[in-house]
Amino acid sequence: MNLWLGLIEVVRKIGAASLFLVSILQQCPAALTRPGLISQQVHNAGVRSLVIIMTSAFFVGMVIGLQGYDSLSRLRQEDILGAAVALTLFKELGPVVTGLLFAGRAGTALASEIGLMRATDQLSAMEVMAIDPIRRIVAPRFLGAVISVPLLTATFNAVGILGAWFVGVSVMGVDNGAFWSQMQQYVDPSDIFEGVAKSVVFGVTAGLVAVFEGYNSPPTAQGVGMATTKTVVTTSILVLIFDYIITAFLLQGH
Amino acid sequence: MGPSGTGKTTLLRMITGQLRPQSGTVTVAGQNVPGLSRRELFNLRRRMGMLFQNSALLTDLDVFENVAFPLRENTSLPDELIRQVVLTKLNSVGLRGAARLMPAELSGGMGRRVAMARAIVMDPELLLYDEPFSGLDPIALGVVLRLIRQNNDALGLTSIVVSHDVAEISRLVDHCFVISEGKVIASGPPADLVDSPSDLVRQFMTGAADGPVPFHFPAPPYADQLLGSSK
Repeated sequence: MNLWLGLIEVVRKIGAASLFLVSILQQCPAALTRPGLISQQVHNAGVRSLVIIMTSAFFVGMVIGLQGYDSLSRLRQEDILGAAVALTLFKELGPVVTGLLFAGRAGTALASEIGLMRATDQLSAMEVMAIDPIRRIVAPRFLGAVISVPLLTATFNAVGILGAWFVGVSVMGVDNGAFWSQMQQYVDPSDIFEGVAKSVVFGVTAGLVAVFEGYNSPPTAQGVGMATTKTVVTTSILVLIFDYIITAFLLQGH
Repeated sequence: MGPSGTGKTTLLRMITGQLRPQSGTVTVAGQNVPGLSRRELFNLRRRMGMLFQNSALLTDLDVFENVAFPLRENTSLPDELIRQVVLTKLNSVGLRGAARLMPAELSGGMGRRVAMARAIVMDPELLLYDEPFSGLDPIALGVVLRLIRQNNDALGLTSIVVSHDVAEISRLVDHCFVISEGKVIASGPPADLVDSPSDLVRQFMTGAADGPVPFHFPAPPYADQLLGSSK
């Protein structure tokens, strides 16, 4: 019985989130006429996530470089390290890890900010002042996330490759020319497209979950805390589910 | 006026269209609020101002920008005009000098006054106050009391003040409605209500601890509970 009620709750929430997305999309054209508000959110969500993204990317890149070198050298194929690292990052690790890190760094901040605005009647006050909080508060933050995640993913990929290059070429002695030329030879535009498609979907997911949980959080300290936790948990699960769906869908087309 | 939990704030939120009544109508300026489209409702709200119990200032904007907020969002007035309007309204609540402070730097009374300046910045016809006196020290309370009356008379507004502070309300208002359990149980000038024939109204106006609203929450007989025959 509890499982059944839980299932109904999940379906109800998907419905509510979908309606919320529709109302945000309706307000997006109006929000786009205020680029200042959106760039401020890109700064808050994107630029301020750069440190965690770049640090993580460098170490992820170094680990792939090391593991890749270890595996490939057993096959005497260490020259294709550059291509292997680039494909792994562009298609999978870049978008996925960025999505997960974004949920933890920026998604939680968004959810708690909007949740606190709800708890302190700031959203109600806006409504009474004839200002739609979806247009003024929610839509710019959602768009900020949608713009930030692909840009952060590109940054993650670039820094990750540098990390792999550092370990592979500088430390383990892979040929520098081979590292870059093999990457150019084996990475297709379709691989890049796969990563970009994923990062856009993850941006929409992370942005929507954060603003939805924040906007609908109970107006209490506990409620806001729960909203931030739910943001991380829900975004992480959805990113991994969507990752599989997109991968399966795109590989089918090959 | 009315005891806590009797539906005063709910009534205010129905007037502003934030809540919909399950039955009946809410008429503001000749329009039925629950029947309005979103656009019509927003147009009506531009003619109202509301002061929230906790001031509800936007915490990431300073005092000046908080007061300017409705003008920036709802009008396309030039910056210079907005500056003049905001300074005028801040001056009227005595906080022109606090324009660059952040909400976190304000005392409760100052926050309430900034919220009041914000509520009148669009020159509304109707001003709603939700518990404007709660948590204020006597000086701040006196200031807020004076400003409510002053705004009302100087700007020619209709003001609705929701409160359970009998003494303050009695000094302030022209007409009083006492609400209990969702119904109006008495109305009239405050002086008349003290002599009301209703025990409940008299208890409320004089603040008696016991009466129609009992001191004790309903409970089993005291002796039974102490002697253990009832939990």
